[in-house]
Amino acid sequence: MTALTMPARPKHDAGLRPVPWRRMAWVTWRQHRAALGGVAVFLGAFAVYLWLTGLQMHHAYTADCHPASSVACTLNFTGRYATTGNVVSIFVQVVPALIGAFAGAPVLARELETGTFRYAWTQGIGRRRWTVAKLVLLAVAVAAAAAAFSALFSWYNQPFFAAGYVIPFSTRLFGLREVSFAAWTLAAFAIGALAGMLIRRVVPAIAATLAVYAGLALATALWLRQHYMAPLVTTKPNLPGSAWAVSQWYTKGGKFAFGAHGSGIANAVNQLCDNGNSGLSPGQCLSQHGYTVWTSYQPASRFWPFQWIEGGWLLALSVLLIAATVWLVRRRAA
Amino acid sequence: MNMNIVETSGLGKRYGGTWALRECSLAIPAGHVAALVGPNGAGKTTLLNLTVGLAEPSAGAVTVLGGWPAGSPAALDGIAFVAQDTPVYKNLSAADMLHLTRNLNRRFDQPYAKARLGELGIPLNRKAGRLSGGQRAQLALTVALARRPRLLVLDEPVAMLDPVARHDFMAIVLTAMTDDGVSVVLSSHVLADLERVADYLVLLSHGRVQMAGEVEDLLATHRMLTGPAAEADRYAERPVVRVGRAEAQAHLLVRAGMNDPVPPGWEAHPVSLEELAMAYLREPGAGALPGPARSRNTQPSEVTR
Repeated sequence: MTALTMPARPKHDAGLRPVPWRRMAWVTWRQHRAALGGVAVFLGAFAVYLWLTGLQMHHAYTADCHPASSVACTLNFTGRYATTGNVVSIFVQVVPALIGAFAGAPVLARELETGTFRYAWTQGIGRRRWTVAKLVLLAVAVAAAAAAFSALFSWYNQPFFAAGYVIPFSTRLFGLREVSFAAWTLAAFAIGALAGMLIRRVVPAIAATLAVYAGLALATALWLRQHYMAPLVTTKPNLPGSAWAVSQWYTKGGKFAFGAHGSGIANAVNQLCDNGNSGLSPGQCLSQHGYTVWTSYQPASRFWPFQWIEGGWLLALSVLLIAATVWLVRRRAA
Repeated sequence: MNMNIVETSGLGKRYGGTWALRECSLAIPAGHVAALVGPNGAGKTTLLNLTVGLAEPSAGAVTVLGGWPAGSPAALDGIAFVAQDTPVYKNLSAADMLHLTRNLNRRFDQPYAKARLGELGIPLNRKAGRLSGGQRAQLALTVALARRPRLLVLDEPVAMLDPVARHDFMAIVLTAMTDDGVSVVLSSHVLADLERVADYLVLLSHGRVQMAGEVEDLLATHRMLTGPAAEADRYAERPVVRVGRAEAQAHLLVRAGMNDPVPPGWEAHPVSLEELAMAYLREPGAGALPGPARSRNTQPSEVTR
């Protein structure tokens, strides 16, 4: 075999200019285009479906829902589309988790599992730049795709909000709106990347990402979100607009009596209100006996502040997770 | 070139409670093909990972290319590494691997890389996952050489290759060294693979450096003495590395120059590199280290029976 000789080597200069960041764009695209393409196709197909059914829904709403309390609206709009809307929102819930698991987890786990990190981390660009560039580019790409998708999803749900079928604060929908959905997708990606780095194998990292994401989303929806701002309190029986009722309780003589659920209220209704057979609703009966009902709530006007609060802390969390991933990459011993 | 391409002092690496490498002090001069030889688990891969900056030392330090810390930007820029089992991205084509490496480095000699793959008959559009083990190794070597490194580090490069491919692979490594002045550090647990090309030898055993030096010097300072078995014990005080006893004849590997006197009744033979390495590896207590790296295990080694 005749081996070619290489041309004379340039002098090795000490003042190295680092490999430019922009080179990583091609690298990231070439290595992850399958994942990015998968995300695009998946969201695209979903978007087409939302658009087509959304058009029908919007037509039905405009035709029959003036006013929204009309029978025609109940029959031809909510009656026909509410179930579809519920099912769609359940599917949209899992989109960030899937993106995190299938686009985020393999980024580092696959390199570690197949040993190619030994190639990648010994190139001139250095492993810190390599990791930062990849994670940031991919995170921005999936978050942007999610933001675009959730804009369409918000449009899709508009008739439901307008008809008063759901409130914007609905636990089912709040996390799927523009700001929060992009932020949840970003967080899922960051969770996936860190899980991949920690676990170092693709399939377990995917499973861990799904589990951690589900736990975080559930905890946020059930316990965390209602505390973003101190709720307002009212003694009016009806909440203004489409406010989000957080909790209810009763007082008597200025002292806390019992909550709106549990054995306290059940005993009181039993004793004072003839076990509910007095012909009055428990609320009315209790108020006749001197009880006041209090409701704490988040007014509808806080929807966007809440979106930005949720988006803000998820962004901070994502930055933290990505920074932790980069730190682990830098210190990982081969 | 008058610098050390790899220099370690008191270098150690611990994984959990086990030292994979310890008290490793080496100074490999530039311009050599240095062979890192030792049995499996001797610490070869650990030493190479520390050299290319993939691993951080638990103790001591390692510098490369004449003083740069391993893993520093200058070190990464000047060292090309081909890891064990030559990992490549299976879903990337050979052309993609070239393009990828070009984007990840300041220098990349694309025409050279393409020409070499053409010579080797590796189609540019073939996915790396569909190449044979030999082709994959060649692709990884091509990509590494096209970076025009000052130091090429190869971990068990020929383990997966058949004898012909081994020969070709080593020929290319040797060409890179002689024509372009690339220093090479490569490891193998089979010395025979390296004997033809290596002119510097580092013998590792149980995580320690047992012998290090230029092959020429090592061969010049060791001789095999053959003589009556009954007299073998008389050489106990001399730096004897091994006593091999046949029926009546003993074979002693002694540290002695060509001009040292040969005792009456004994014959002196030059040793081959393989004999030398095997002798030291069988004798974990024995050591032969050059000047600055001389450490406590340089005292004359004991005789074994």
